[in-house]
Amino acid sequence: MIYFDNSATTQAAPSVLETYTKVSQQVWGNPSSLHNFGETAFHLLEQSRHQIATLLGVKSREIFFTSGGTEGDNWVVKGTAIEKRSFGKHLITTAVEHPAIHNSMEQLRDLGFDITYLPVDKEGRISVDDLKAAIRPDTILVSVMAVNNEIGTIQPLTEVAEVLKQYPKIHFHIDAVQGIGKGIQSMIMNDRVDFVTFSGHKFHAPRGIGFIYSRTGRKLAPLMSGGGQESNLRSGTENVPAIAGMAKALRLLLTDEDEKVARERAIKQRVYDHIKTFNKVTIFSQPTDGFAPHILCFTINGVRGETIVHAFEDQGIYISTTSACSSKKHAASSTLTAMHTPEAIATSAIRISLDENNTLAEADEFNRVFDKLYQKFSKINADV
Amino acid sequence: MQYTEIMVRYGELSTKGKNKRNFIDSLGRNVRKALHDFTELKVHADRDRMHIALNGDDAQKVMDRLKLVFGIQNFSPSIRVPQDMDAVYETAIAMMKAQFKPGMTFKVYTRRSDHQYEYDTNEINDMLGGQILDHVDGIQVKMKHPDIVLRVEVRTNGIFLSSETIQGAGGLPVGTAGKGMLMLSGGIDSPVAGYLGMKRGVDMEMVHFFSPPYTSEQALAKAKQLASTLASYSGSVKFIQIPFTEIQEEIKEKVPEGYLMTVQRRLMMRLMDAITRQRHGKAIFNGESLGQVASQTMDSMIAINDVTTLPVLRPVISMDKTEIIKIAEEIDTYNLSIMPFEDCCTIFAPPAPKTHPKLDRSRSYEERIDVEGLMQRALDGIKISEIKPGENYMNAQEDVFAELL
Repeated sequence: MIYFDNSATTQAAPSVLETYTKVSQQVWGNPSSLHNFGETAFHLLEQSRHQIATLLGVKSREIFFTSGGTEGDNWVVKGTAIEKRSFGKHLITTAVEHPAIHNSMEQLRDLGFDITYLPVDKEGRISVDDLKAAIRPDTILVSVMAVNNEIGTIQPLTEVAEVLKQYPKIHFHIDAVQGIGKGIQSMIMNDRVDFVTFSGHKFHAPRGIGFIYSRTGRKLAPLMSGGGQESNLRSGTENVPAIAGMAKALRLLLTDEDEKVARERAIKQRVYDHIKTFNKVTIFSQPTDGFAPHILCFTINGVRGETIVHAFEDQGIYISTTSACSSKKHAASSTLTAMHTPEAIATSAIRISLDENNTLAEADEFNRVFDKLYQKFSKINADV
Repeated sequence: MQYTEIMVRYGELSTKGKNKRNFIDSLGRNVRKALHDFTELKVHADRDRMHIALNGDDAQKVMDRLKLVFGIQNFSPSIRVPQDMDAVYETAIAMMKAQFKPGMTFKVYTRRSDHQYEYDTNEINDMLGGQILDHVDGIQVKMKHPDIVLRVEVRTNGIFLSSETIQGAGGLPVGTAGKGMLMLSGGIDSPVAGYLGMKRGVDMEMVHFFSPPYTSEQALAKAKQLASTLASYSGSVKFIQIPFTEIQEEIKEKVPEGYLMTVQRRLMMRLMDAITRQRHGKAIFNGESLGQVASQTMDSMIAINDVTTLPVLRPVISMDKTEIIKIAEEIDTYNLSIMPFEDCCTIFAPPAPKTHPKLDRSRSYEERIDVEGLMQRALDGIKISEIKPGENYMNAQEDVFAELL
């Protein structure tokens, strides 16, 4: 089997699961308990937090554990809206965000907030001029994803950070769910960003765990109220086994990051070089620095994405129609739609997404199967 | 920037007349101790300045340590170039470009200890200033309060350039004031008092009273952890734990409730007096702040201080709680201090302790207990350990966890 759907989820690493199991068996006390058993769990929790903070070059108290990317995104958007509602009701994001951001924004719109979606160019990238024009005195949040989950575009985070230095009161959030471990950490953890969302299962940690970075001095209203865990900002008994597993997974992810990124880039390049020779293929992800090394999105014009996914599956290769979250709804890719791609193409898009465990041999196998399928669908594929 | 040297400017010690050599020697020792694990660098403690030749060691890591050493006013990382103006220009321009942001101003400030050098200070200021103006776009000269001061020192072994001055911890070198004993409870105030004492040159030993089973192992671990944090300022500290359970039980049984606290404190002070003399200390330090709690009124101090003739120094006596907390946060003890473990001051605390205890009554109630015997047994049970910075007492399983993570 070849697994090329790592942006949907990754396989939990065996050594991470080992940590998860050991902690579940041996350190299962509640970190809030007074006794030594609980105290031990508390120390493991804090040591995990410290490790994550150190890996990202931030302070321990700036890391808050969540259930994953969706919670992180919801928290930053709605938490900002609640916290800063007396200062303004305008939020800015991009037209190509993950639904966790987009639908949180739409919920706020129903509650009377004003949302601006920044348009994107044909590579799926916003322009800072549009951002500058969109900022208003009542803007309270700018939320930009690091790496687009459907086509892999890297947003101009450094430039956005520069613009927002003129507006120190606006919360600046980066959704880095697809961006961590992809060689752009300095862009993400820049000197202006206030909040960053991360999700564990995108980097070989278990499901149901994630965290946000929250800059010291910035305030978010909690969405989870209760027993006061996570400095009273995110209540709920801490998922210590998953947190410890995630701390380990992050360390493993960032070990030899450059080498892993280069490997992913080489695999992407090999598939790219192969499929670009077919005239009925449209490729959205470029093999340039403006795109993440692990995502390649394209269409065989005229053939529905779903059809291609299943055809590859029959050959033991797992890929996806753009994002996993929307792929079962038969909807056109929202990113491609925002890029003004014709609907016929937007519904045909498929995505391969790599991780450090993939190999060039798998790329060759993919290319071989691709040739076969391209032939097979040659009767129905279309010119655009 | 690849720095080659760090130049350290002394604090008040340069005003200390004939003791100066002694202070400089102490500071040199403390700096060497703080930097002992850097193998390449050399510390030269001269009369006016200290020069640390890095010889390839990491400047940033060295500076992070220096920030904690008392007796240092400030320091500047610098780059040594040969006595050749072209080399000076090249390095100076690179330094300025690294720091320059639009709108910034600068001046050149030259000192010359090598008077044989072909240019004098004014000529160097002039020539180098001109070069910088030519090569750093948009930079302007300003004599009063410029954003960047480029310091140039012409010495016989080269020309030293620095453009940054980093504040040191101030104070006096630890050890120059002699030895003191700190009553370290685990609360917010006592670590701050210890820090302030160390800042004035005191070689501080940490004394902790513990009362198992009324206080937990965690409370003891917390006190040790605080001691480890304070040890960052001196390289290591002695931690002295005194068993206090028997004394507290005895007092609880025999002394009226209103005077429990006062008599208890008198016994602590007696033990402090004994241990301080035993270990050749010169003063007792504690974290009392006037009027903060019942034991910290002037009447209480009369009743408690009665048992010792040693100076009892209270560095935070006039500070508000918020001021103390601010320092605790700066020295990284606050988050530890607020961890909720009972310490020996809070157990058996009566609901209404006397805020104005009478001295004669305190004395007579104390006579109800066997002071001498109790003290002897407590002193016999003392444990002394050496605590270093960076040790972990709270999380005993740190290494096991590190394996897991």
